[in-house]
Parts: sequence; C-alpha cells; structure tokens
Amino acid sequence: MVSRKKAALLSKECVACGCCAKSCPLGAISIYRGLHALIDGNKCAGCARCEAACPAQVISLVLEEIAAC
Amino acid sequence: MLKQKRWYDYLWIASAIYLALGFFNILFAWLGLICFITPLLIAIIKGNKTYCNRYCGRGQLFELLGGRLGFSRKKAPPKFLRSKWFRYGFLAFFMTMFGMMVYATYAVFWGAPLKKAVTLLWTFKLPWDWVDTSMAAPWMAQFAFGFYGVMLTSTLLGLLTMLLCKPRSWCVYCPMGTMTQGICQIKYRKEFSNGTQSKANC
Repeated sequence: MVSRKKAALLSKECVACGCCAKSCPLGAISIYRGLHALIDGNKCAGCARCEAACPAQVISLVLEEIAAC
Repeated sequence: MLKQKRWYDYLWIASAIYLALGFFNILFAWLGLICFITPLLIAIIKGNKTYCNRYCGRGQLFELLGGRLGFSRKKAPPKFLRSKWFRYGFLAFFMTMFGMMVYATYAVFWGAPLKKAVTLLWTFKLPWDWVDTSMAAPWMAQFAFGFYGVMLTSTLLGLLTMLLCKPRSWCVYCPMGTMTQGICQIKYRKEFSNGTQSKANC
C-alpha cells in the first residue's frame, strides 16, 4: 500500500463558487450542477492549490491509501 | 500546465469599467442589471452556477487584486461567513435594501423629488450632484443612484474581505451566489436531499 495526499471536500458548506476548479492545473475539479465542487481523485495530484484558493475553507488534503501497482 | 486564457477570463475589465463609468454618468448604473439577471437566468434555465464559475467579473477582479497583485492576507475567513444563517441572512438583508431602493424609484415615478446621492453601506449618503441626468426620466435616474449604491457597497465589502481574508471571500456571502445555489438546490432537490455531498469524493 502507498499513501499520498489528495484533495477532498470536507464540508457541506461548499458555496460552488468555482475558485477551486479555476485553480486546479489538472482540471480535476468541476462544479456539480451548481451544488458543490466535485473532485476527481484519479486526476488529483495533491498540489493543494484548491485548498489555498477555497474561500469557504471546505477543501482539504487528506491522506489516501492506494494499492501499489 | 498553464490553462489557455479565454475571452471570459477578461471580464474583470468590464467590472472595473462599470465602476468607473458611474463617476461620469450615473445612468450607466443600469448596466449592472446584467450582473443580476444573467446569473439568475443561467441558474433557472441551465441549472448551474456557470456565471459564478466563469463569467463573474467582480470575482475575477478580486482574484486579480488579492491573488496576483498580492493585496490579500490570504487567511481563512471566519467560520460564520459560510454558515447558512449568515448567507441567507445577508441575502434577506440585501433584498430588503434592494426592495427599499425599488420603492424609492416608485416614489419618484409618482412625483417625489429626485435625490442625487449614492448611499454607501446603507448609511452614508454621498452627494453625487455633478452628473447630468436630464436626458432620462427622474425615476430612471433615481434607480441608477440606488443601484450604483448597491454595486459600490457590495464592491467595498468584497474588497474589505479580500484584504482581510482570501481574495474571493466575497463569493462565500455574495447574495447572487447564494440565490443561484438556492435555485440549483431547488432544481435538483431530490439529489440534494439524498446527500450528493457525501458522494462528492468518490
């Protein structure tokens, strides 16, 4: 098992402003139906730009364990 | 990997020009209605917040000033700012003020005297009598004064939270953002009540 950090939406208080999606260099975040951010864990490289950009403080990097190939 | 800039990434210029135009002729304030109607139409018809995500010139302006130009402390905004109570409370307050402004327009339409002043932060009345409004009906000018006050007040609040917190902190309590998200929540209420949030990271 390998662990690495990935962005995750931690709260229901996402305002769907899109700051995170704009800051993501890999296009891993989209805004789902104007409701909240949607993070594609497969694309996320854990750069934390979204965490820094989010004005509602609802994105955080969490440690994720993945099976090593 | 740098993202290619699109035409809508420059809408902050339109936002800055809008604020400047009000000093030359207050009647330009009417153009601000675009920022009110477009997000609502997008939310109602398309069911998303593309306006906030892509076209909001004000958000881009805050991002530019606070982010690239470094005028923001880039600190986390206080927790209450993103609470439902504050967001909906601010929306209600904002709409009440908007309603009072529409009432003032209505009063001038029926013969009340035109007040050549821009109300800032709902309290301070700035004399704005250097502009010539004779080319429009008095009620049109009254609406322009009121609406420009709303736009200037919200910009000031946005600038303040940009300086103290993160660049786009205004987006958290922006009444238009709250309204459009509310419309989307109503539109997709089944999904919303089923807790799509929990699936967000799958």
